[in-house]
Amino acid sequence: MNPTARLELRGITKHYPSVVANQAIDLVVQAGEIHAVLGENGAGKSTLMKIIYGVVKPDAGEMLWNGAPLKIQNPAQARQLGIGMVFQHFSLFETLTVTQNIALALEKNTDSQDLSQRIREISERYGLTLEPARLVHSLSVGERQRVEIVRCLLQAPKLLIMDEPTSVLTPQAVRKLFETLRRLSDEGCSILYVSHKLDEIRELCHKATVLRAGQVIGSTDPREKSARELAEMMIGSRLPSFEKRELQNTGDIRLEVKQLSRRADDPFGTPLQAINLQVRSGEIVGIAGVSGNGQQELMTALSGEYLDKSAKQVRGDILLKGKSVLGLAADQRRQQGLRFVPEERLGRGAVPAMSLSLNALLTGYDSGLSPKRFINYHTIHQFAATCIEKFRVKCNSPYSEARSLSGGNVQKFIVGRELMLHPEVLLVAQPTWGVDVGAAVFIRQALLDLRAQGIAILVVSEELDELFEICDRIAVIYQGQLSEAQPVNETNREAIGLLMGGAGFAKQEQAV
Amino acid sequence: MSLHLEPRLQPSKVMAYLSPVIAISLTLFVGVLLFTALGKSPAAAFHAFFIKPIDNWYGFGELLIKASPLALIALGLSVGFRANIWNIGAEGQLIVGAIAAGGVALALHETAAWWVLPLMFIAGALGGMLWAAIPAWLRTRFNANEILVSLMLVYVANLLLSWLIHGPWRDPDGYGFPQSLVFSDAAMLPILLAGTRTHAGVLITLVALVVAYVFFRWSLMAFKMNVTGLAPRAAAYAGFNQKRMIWIGLLTGGTAAGLAGTSEIAGPIGQLLIPVSPGYGFSAIIVAFVGRLNPIGIFLASLLMALLYLGGEAGQMQLSLPSSVSSVFQGLLLFFLLATDVLINYRLRWS
Repeated sequence: MNPTARLELRGITKHYPSVVANQAIDLVVQAGEIHAVLGENGAGKSTLMKIIYGVVKPDAGEMLWNGAPLKIQNPAQARQLGIGMVFQHFSLFETLTVTQNIALALEKNTDSQDLSQRIREISERYGLTLEPARLVHSLSVGERQRVEIVRCLLQAPKLLIMDEPTSVLTPQAVRKLFETLRRLSDEGCSILYVSHKLDEIRELCHKATVLRAGQVIGSTDPREKSARELAEMMIGSRLPSFEKRELQNTGDIRLEVKQLSRRADDPFGTPLQAINLQVRSGEIVGIAGVSGNGQQELMTALSGEYLDKSAKQVRGDILLKGKSVLGLAADQRRQQGLRFVPEERLGRGAVPAMSLSLNALLTGYDSGLSPKRFINYHTIHQFAATCIEKFRVKCNSPYSEARSLSGGNVQKFIVGRELMLHPEVLLVAQPTWGVDVGAAVFIRQALLDLRAQGIAILVVSEELDELFEICDRIAVIYQGQLSEAQPVNETNREAIGLLMGGAGFAKQEQAV
Repeated sequence: MSLHLEPRLQPSKVMAYLSPVIAISLTLFVGVLLFTALGKSPAAAFHAFFIKPIDNWYGFGELLIKASPLALIALGLSVGFRANIWNIGAEGQLIVGAIAAGGVALALHETAAWWVLPLMFIAGALGGMLWAAIPAWLRTRFNANEILVSLMLVYVANLLLSWLIHGPWRDPDGYGFPQSLVFSDAAMLPILLAGTRTHAGVLITLVALVVAYVFFRWSLMAFKMNVTGLAPRAAAYAGFNQKRMIWIGLLTGGTAAGLAGTSEIAGPIGQLLIPVSPGYGFSAIIVAFVGRLNPIGIFLASLLMALLYLGGEAGQMQLSLPSSVSSVFQGLLLFFLLATDVLINYRLRWS
């Protein structure tokens, strides 16, 4: 191997008020190496990447670039050195073209004809199909990511940082991305690949550094480890195991959606188009799809939020236990047994500045947790305490504010609250998004237990693995259309992935 | 080295209570500078401003009758403010409440019955409510911004009162002055503390303090409004009826202002004239925020604001300071409070 590493970090430390984000991190990346940085949410991966890219300054430690020590002051300097970064959340202007977006990021004025030409060359060379003249809002998420990558590649990077790049991609798009990354690696570009998806890391990366609680736990060759071994390194204990589920007989139809169409609230939203769906008692139906294809719109339509806004924009019907609930508000639907765990925990599923007890009241006030007009603090306190215990929510007490809990624990509390309030139909959006591995297993198990009790469950998730693990049937949402739900044992990741990419759906005319 | 703001991981509870104290201190400090610049001795000015007005029984009574409408309106406003419903027009609601109550008093001028006064309060409350119902309706029906609508209605209310006392309700024996008849005794609130002007309207404020405390602490509606203020998306998720909250938030403020307006004309003023309020409706907004939208805090803040009013008057008389000095202090207080509130979510760091 090359004697001087492309990048070497020695003892990088960064403290935030009350948290140590990085503690004495050592990391060596060779030229042409695809190096995974692996860790749970909050392990310090993002902070470390931001330090390398010059966004955050470390408190201590040194950084060597091609063997020479240096301090990176800002991202512009990092780019000059040849460090590029593709963020998890894209920073693109929807109303500008691909070329315009890329031109904005370049330091020097460039001729746009010339730039378009270069974009075309680069995208062809690396298999990143991209039309420079298209407006960004008409691009799919995968294409938007390509814009970000091409933007980095234009500057001929020596090191490319990719932060959770596949969370928004279909399996086929992931495959394409990997081809591109491998080609870059063959040309000598180093890649830092931040992820928590173990199978991808095992497939792609030459080396993996595992972070836990801000510290390096170890480095390993991921190709020689099993996913389970990597996961255990990551969480620091033995992975909790799943109770195997068996197929069970499903009962009556609890939730039925008939030809549901709904106009989008804003110009960049996704209208729903003639959606049909049935969820029976005792089954879990999953909805897969690349984010931004109408998942949020569908869940909002089902939960009944913003009813007065959407009343005029809805066609079709939603039946709960055979009765139409289309005209009912969120609280009325809840009283009929429809409960919902939204994807945003703080600010929607829970009020950040309120105690867990009061957060129990949020959806429990009309379900026996409170007399009609006044708050019974004893009852909600008891309820919250039981929920904390039953669902192993890590917190000080029911008086703790929701925002003082970690994401996974807030989610356990919200799931627990909805489960304890006797749902008949449960809607869950992104049940384990940003949740650590242990909590994710716990939440999935709770959903399976609920299914065994005969509850009808609808899960929207962007994690295909999760859906295949817990669902009985899976449907795909694409540009506001929903495919027919397939039994999991009659389909596979490839087939679902093709649907996620739009194969088999009616073509949409593109709004300009 | 420079001073900069760094976000706190969690909002500071201590700062939430300390912030008004710091704001008051800074206001007083700037007051010292101001008095010095005007060539007055700060010590003498402070004595005239903050001690002299309340060093006697009568002065204490004056403090109460000024604090009373401020606290009452601030309590009413805080109901809406907690749900991010910004009723800025309490001054107008106070005026319309006073017009409605005054109308009753004038219509029943010859009637010396016990029920005249209660009827005035009912009319005053309805008047304030009606004026607040306009922004509520426009907001729920057309999504019109309640800040602008309620504020603009203040000027409409002022002109309405002006027209009435220049025209139909003018005292025929008042030498042409724009004011109504002086109310009959049946339309006047009894004096509560002998030797002062403290009237029974103060009792309404005390009852309102207790009711507001109970409401904020135990009622489900207040909880829902709090959620709406803190996390609007959570309120939508829980299915809380936004429109109902807008109505309740605005009408409570309007009712409180209407009652305060009634107390003013049936108490210290005793007739309808201009101005019917020295800006209580606006100052109450500051009182509500200095008091952290909390009944106990509002009680304390209303006393402070009342003292600023009294001090301003004393300052005019004894030190021949301009009359706007009260407004300057009120403005400083709100300005510093908004500034120091930043410290709830941020901390200062040298780096």
